[in-house]
Amino acid sequence: MKARKIKKLSVRILTHVILLVFVVIAVYPVLQVVTISLRPTDKLLSTSLEIIPRGATLKSYVTLFTERPFLLWVSNSALVSVTVTLTGVILAAMAGYAFSRFNFIGKKSGLLSLLVTQMFPATMLLLPLYIMLIYFGLINTYFGLIVTYTATALPFCIWTMKGYYDTIPTSLEEAARIDGCNQFQAFYKIILPLAAPALVITGLFSFMTAWSEYIVAAQILQDSALWTLPLGLKSFESNMSTEWGLYGAASLVVMVPVVVLFLVLSRWLVSGLTLGSVKG
Amino acid sequence: MNKIYRNIFITLFVAPAFLILFGVVFYPFIYNVVISFSNMNLSHIKDWHLIGFKQYVKVFTETTEPNFYGIFLKTIIWTVVNVFFHVVFGVFLALLLNQQIRGRSVYRTLLILPWAVPQYIVALTWRGMFNYEYGSINLIITKYLHLPAVEWLKSPTEAFLACILTNVWLGFPFMMVVALGALQSIPHELYEAADIDGASWYHKLRNITLPLIRPVMIPAITLGIVWTFNNLNIVWLVSNAGEPSDKTHILVSFVYKAAFNLYRYGYAAAMSMVIFFILLLFSVAFMRRARATEAAY
Repeated sequence: MKARKIKKLSVRILTHVILLVFVVIAVYPVLQVVTISLRPTDKLLSTSLEIIPRGATLKSYVTLFTERPFLLWVSNSALVSVTVTLTGVILAAMAGYAFSRFNFIGKKSGLLSLLVTQMFPATMLLLPLYIMLIYFGLINTYFGLIVTYTATALPFCIWTMKGYYDTIPTSLEEAARIDGCNQFQAFYKIILPLAAPALVITGLFSFMTAWSEYIVAAQILQDSALWTLPLGLKSFESNMSTEWGLYGAASLVVMVPVVVLFLVLSRWLVSGLTLGSVKG
Repeated sequence: MNKIYRNIFITLFVAPAFLILFGVVFYPFIYNVVISFSNMNLSHIKDWHLIGFKQYVKVFTETTEPNFYGIFLKTIIWTVVNVFFHVVFGVFLALLLNQQIRGRSVYRTLLILPWAVPQYIVALTWRGMFNYEYGSINLIITKYLHLPAVEWLKSPTEAFLACILTNVWLGFPFMMVVALGALQSIPHELYEAADIDGASWYHKLRNITLPLIRPVMIPAITLGIVWTFNNLNIVWLVSNAGEPSDKTHILVSFVYKAAFNLYRYGYAAAMSMVIFFILLLFSVAFMRRARATEAAY
């Protein structure tokens, strides 16, 4: 009996040790960003491994907000991300509903082709879209960027919405119709509020797609007045010796809201994901 | 009347989404097919014409370094190594977290962190950590392990390894969360019954846990493979566009460079098609095989 207890205890300790090792690995690079952002300017290139550096200062943050166009990047990114989120959520909420409730020609192939887009390499849509944007003179405009981001996020959003609507019984709409609602009112007043969790996931996903995207933005926005956050942050990194502290500070400011949002919502994000893939 | 109304309703709901999808997904896709059969590049951007399969021939026969086959091999290594560690670490951690232990939700939250950080910040931060003189990885190697410092970003193998390490770090939380969700849906009675039969932990793992999380893991792994195969961010930003001298490319980053740094539009479009078909064939075959073995259970 005692031997079993000892064995159980040692298994428990071992579990904690392994988990702690992985936690350290998971957290360390993020702490690294904090460290860099706090370093005094004369010690940016330091060979110390301390988490809170000696002579820690918030000077990088001050410089970032007062002497750099950081707030401009934030507002550019916010403009793009919010537009993409609204477009994505509205379109996916409507299309997902139609896919979930009705039978129509091209329904199956429509859904399947959305799934296939996930296998496109980045350049597959980016290159033709880019050339189209050149033709229409839309390089260096947000329109091009917003269209591309929406295209990236929409397939996942439609699948998630459809999957969620599928779990809501149709009898709810039928009851509403009997009470005198038309189909649109039944959707708008009954189903949409019930689908709130899926709407949140769709919104979050669209927002993250736009907020954290570098590769597409680098091609479409060449004018630095239009830069979004990722382009701005990369410009700090490119001349590493001088701007490393600013990079750290900016990364942290950009990262914290998204990370918090993500951690809070991650449970639902995955349930939406597995729901879609298992049923697909 | 009712039927007409219904049809109008469907059209109103489906049309906006499909117009957008047509404009930004289907039309560009068809346009990409056209470009892949043309001689379009920076000097022929408006006066291009169709040249048949020449760009495709070029993709498979060009012998400049690096060539298609070398990069393809590297992409396979990249994908297999990454997804392998994502799944192994992910499932392993999920098994640990699926017990009654103190601080479970704190562990879970902290372990998801790599997934939550925007990818470009992950890539740029790790690039800084791989710096030869000041990067913390070399500092740890030299100070605590007393080994010689590694030239992470200047030699092809090490730079590629740096990309893989970064991507393994950011990818395991997804698999962990998926596996955890699957583990929690396994009914407890199965383990109790196994305990009564005197099954060891290994037998329980092999005969209950793994078969039951399989249906959830297979789609997640397929998705993981597609995402990793197509992950441009990490390779592009950690190796700074394929440095040293284009030796760290995987297929997508190579195409991206051909399109946007070298302006070889026709060539890049043809190679995009090739990558797409590789992935499509793979996914169909993988899911089909998974389904076939599932039926055997």
